[in-house]
Amino acid sequence: MEQWPAITILAADVQAGRTTARSLVERSLKAIAEQADFKAIIVSLDERALARADSIDAQVSAGTAVGRLAGVPFIAKDNFLVYGAETTAASNILKGFTAPYQAAAIEKLEAEGAICVAKANLDAFAHGSSTENSDFMTTKNPHDTTRVPGGSSGGSAAAVVLAMAPFALGTDTGGSIRLPASYCGAVGYKPTYGLVSRSGVVAMASSTDVIGPLTMSVDDAALVLDVMAGRDQLDGTTIEKDVAGYDHLSATIAGKKVGVIKEYLAEGIAPGVKQQVEAAIAKLKAAGAEIIDLSLPSLPTALAVYYILCPAEVSSNLGRYDGQRFGFSYSDATTLDESYKQSRSRGFGKEAKRRIMIGTYVLSSGYYDAYYKKAQTVRTKLINEFMAAFEQVDILVGPTAPDVAFKIGENIDDPLKMYLTDILTVAANLVGVPSISLPAGTVDGLPVGLQLMAAQRADRALLAFAKGAEELIA
Amino acid sequence: MGKLSRDDVLKLANLARLELSEDEITEYVTELSEILQYVEMLQSVDVSGLAPTNQVTGLTNVTRDDEIVDYGYQVADLLTNVPAVEAGQLKVKRMIG
Repeated sequence: MEQWPAITILAADVQAGRTTARSLVERSLKAIAEQADFKAIIVSLDERALARADSIDAQVSAGTAVGRLAGVPFIAKDNFLVYGAETTAASNILKGFTAPYQAAAIEKLEAEGAICVAKANLDAFAHGSSTENSDFMTTKNPHDTTRVPGGSSGGSAAAVVLAMAPFALGTDTGGSIRLPASYCGAVGYKPTYGLVSRSGVVAMASSTDVIGPLTMSVDDAALVLDVMAGRDQLDGTTIEKDVAGYDHLSATIAGKKVGVIKEYLAEGIAPGVKQQVEAAIAKLKAAGAEIIDLSLPSLPTALAVYYILCPAEVSSNLGRYDGQRFGFSYSDATTLDESYKQSRSRGFGKEAKRRIMIGTYVLSSGYYDAYYKKAQTVRTKLINEFMAAFEQVDILVGPTAPDVAFKIGENIDDPLKMYLTDILTVAANLVGVPSISLPAGTVDGLPVGLQLMAAQRADRALLAFAKGAEELIA
Repeated sequence: MGKLSRDDVLKLANLARLELSEDEITEYVTELSEILQYVEMLQSVDVSGLAPTNQVTGLTNVTRDDEIVDYGYQVADLLTNVPAVEAGQLKVKRMIG
């Protein structure tokens, strides 16, 4: 599948009348329809997208400046509310839910002329690493259809690699943008916590949830981030955007201090992955980066911290699915309590229930201090180690995942093994720092991801470094 | 701690307003115990002198002016997903058994 030109070129061509928004949307919808077998897409929004395209083309004809994303098609993970369209979070309990308002991120993208063409598959409620927890279907890896695309934003990652759109949106709570980017061979960007408003996005674990782009280049990711970033009254956790913005980057490698995290190349990392990551580090060094070996001793505890905090927050956020205000409702119940129980039990899938149960346990009276509070305190320790590391180095580097994409069905009966795929990504979420996964070669034809991290709010510096790394290792 | 009994699972399910099948109960007894054993590793981590993290970017007391803001949401849109509506209000089942 032929890849799309850079987003800035597409938008400039639409604005100048060299192409039309309609033709871009049609190209996108055609790519989606022709590659339906990959099961990346839950629903395509043909009518809505074509109507928006025609209105943008009319604006161009009238000489109006449309915006930086004029006519550019994109795909949203199906946990983003797109006004008037069904939003399911790939869960049965939200089947048929029509978005009564629109996510802030979608609003900002549309205000610059972008067009949402489809909603992508995910693990239900973003709980998972493979899309196998989707209540509807499993997305296939574009490089090998017997393998998973990674998750939870697996549909979004597969869609951009299959050129269904120039960019897709994902959410990343413990690695859900970066892991599928790594498995599918895309660029996946997780911003600093709070940089993009989450208003109108189905909540998973609110202390780590972030929104970010999946693209085929760092420049495209940076532009999309620049459009979405900034304070929003509807999300009290949002932070100010960098005054310099995030796009128009100059690649910077020489002179940067790059920390190689010992724990990220320790046992448990597949030899082929390790080899590609070490080769990438050697190229960064050759390009003038100063390589510094360092250790973050608390990293091996990060996954345990995450698998206490995440289910705790999930159990709280999923409390609102009570069958009374929206979502599946069991109509044969005679009492309110029976309606709650039956609506939730019949509506939620296995993984959602599993996380609700763990979360309820770690938050329950008598266990709260030992689990939840302890995890939040170990989190402080982890944050302190990262802050100390970023006093020494500008960038931290390691693999995104311990191995390449696994086979469909391989981990589905072992939740703990499935959780371990997130072992290298969760730390950035717990600490709130930005992180990116870049394609860094292949092992037996399957993509490997290189993970880069920087200090909180250093998103621009991270993207500039990533742009340089992308040129070296592509 | 770290090992769940059948009764624990049933109690949790009730707290979470879930009704589990026999198969689910059996599965969760094993799976949740395994997951809890994995996270046990935190018990041995020395955290003396450290406080729990509540917010990672250092924001505190984020407030806005106490004014009504019109975001343009339509009442009809907001009610389209409600399972049972009567006279523009949510209708729920009997609360007292």
